Amino acid sequence: MLLRLGISRWAACRLSTSAATSTAHVPKVCIVGSGPAGFYAAQQIIKSHEAAEVDIYEKLPVPFGLVRYGVAPDHPEVKNCINTFTQTASKNRVTFLGNIDIGSDVTFSQLRQAYHAIILAYGNAKDRKLDIPGEELSGVLSARQFVGWYNGLPEDADLKVNLDVESVAVVGQGNVALDVARILLTPMDMLRKTDIPENVLACLDKSQVKYVTLIGRRGPQNVAFTIKELREMVNLPGCRPNLIAGDYQHLKDLIPSLPRPRKRLLELLAKTALDTPAPALASAWASAQKEWRLRFLLSPVEVLAGADGQTVSGLKLAHNRLEGDGDNQRAVQTEETESLECGLILRSIGYKGVPIDSSLPFDHRTGTIANDNGRVKGHNGVYVSGWIGTGPVGVILSTMTSGFTSGKMLVADINSGQVDVSSARGGKEEVLDILSKKDKKPVTFSDWNRLDKFETEIGAKLGKPREKVTNIQKMIDISHD
Amino acid sequence: MTSPVSHHGSYEYQDPKSEEEVVNVTFIDRSGNKVPVRGKIGDNILYLAHRYGIELEGACEASLACSTCHVYVDDNYTDLLPDPVEEEDDMLDLAVFLRDNSRLGCQIILTKELDGMTLTLPQATRNFYVDGHVPKPH
Repeated sequence: MLLRLGISRWAACRLSTSAATSTAHVPKVCIVGSGPAGFYAAQQIIKSHEAAEVDIYEKLPVPFGLVRYGVAPDHPEVKNCINTFTQTASKNRVTFLGNIDIGSDVTFSQLRQAYHAIILAYGNAKDRKLDIPGEELSGVLSARQFVGWYNGLPEDADLKVNLDVESVAVVGQGNVALDVARILLTPMDMLRKTDIPENVLACLDKSQVKYVTLIGRRGPQNVAFTIKELREMVNLPGCRPNLIAGDYQHLKDLIPSLPRPRKRLLELLAKTALDTPAPALASAWASAQKEWRLRFLLSPVEVLAGADGQTVSGLKLAHNRLEGDGDNQRAVQTEETESLECGLILRSIGYKGVPIDSSLPFDHRTGTIANDNGRVKGHNGVYVSGWIGTGPVGVILSTMTSGFTSGKMLVADINSGQVDVSSARGGKEEVLDILSKKDKKPVTFSDWNRLDKFETEIGAKLGKPREKVTNIQKMIDISHD
Repeated sequence: MTSPVSHHGSYEYQDPKSEEEVVNVTFIDRSGNKVPVRGKIGDNILYLAHRYGIELEGACEASLACSTCHVYVDDNYTDLLPDPVEEEDDMLDLAVFLRDNSRLGCQIILTKELDGMTLTLPQATRNFYVDGHVPKPH
């Protein structure tokens, strides 16, 4: 559908020039990870190089990474990029190989052997911990797991979530924190229309959660969520904000000097906290049974256990004060503390990547692979795309930009000879050979189409976009059926 | 706005049926190249760009859930466009290098009076923070 003749003519011209000077082989490229960072990089390579072949490896038996398993189920329009990814996957020069774990099924060095170039786009598999006493209690979950649970991620599908509690504390004030708060507070009739798995819906249906408090270590001027998500909370049916007016008074002086995005966000926040709502909203808030709350300048110091020593009864928080100005503003813990009563704690203070191979320069502090604009340092022909290179920041636009940039860089490096394509590489055939010796059969994109059809058909009967299969073996069985 | 809008872009792939329908616009791509395009009344800028190979992504397919089709509108034409709805402004806040003349391409539907308009694509960027701020450790 996307005609980009101009670019491919340019690429063809470049390719024939380099082919004339050396015996260039078809560049074989592989991408590790099939989320947006992987697919946008693939899209760019296919567009800007006329002959390159791109193989996309994925640990799970299904494609699309966080678009399937991270984007909130009540934001289906964000998932529309799947249509473009599907077009990319359907091209002759693109191959999807699902259910293949790089590191155990195939090693990174085997991929290095089999391909001229590699793009690492496997995102952030872990989350940051609070590192406080009591964090191991059963009522403390990572928002990451909770998101995985309501999105049907196999590893979190059977997560034990006790929603027989009135109050939930979410540590963090980013979009993931607002996502989990919103899912906990949204009326069931709205949630039933999403692709949240049936077993999770059953659990949410019995939920006793009335209050969700989002905790930030700095002030309202430092929140990390974006305006669309805040607006959704303000207008959430059956739910009202409970904001402490004193926390927001100073914003009125701060707002005029801010750049537009920050200004609009904080204006909405201050308006919600300080102004009298319009009559319709006022009556909606007045009759609401549930509440969301924002608390600031607090750092969790201890999870408080109930009488049984197993469950969570609260969260002890230290009061912070701010030091410095603007971007240098940092929270400094004081001696003063308070306790927040809650039966469930979701920590949402960021995701981080994990190393895939010890030879790669991994920065354990940031959880990213050290890179220079996408080129992995000291590894010619190895690139990163998305969060494994940038850290877990930004929206789909940022990941798309990262994927495009790395893809363009790779093609430029092939064209300039920086990436040597003078020797033939085995590509996926070489890898499939390794896999067949281990009796490992990848899930192909047409296999996925079969599972996709299965899920959407069951979903249609339930009045939802799809019912996800959450068991890996079952996913494989249906895919290979 | 009551112009015919196709959310899949098939309308934009139809040629104008008459000269009266034609709306000429010029895209300036991310490398600064001018690409004149013969659009028509009712065309959605996002899908018109797709038809002519302009690098405008449109990840959410015109559903106001991303800002990947961000463009700058020629200053002489900004007032001729209907004001952005709140959802468009919310998404523009996530665009990089936001300016006063920023719009989402998917929300611009061609009318005859837009004939001669220039649309400039923003430069690609490596800054991953949506509001352009440079992160520092806390």
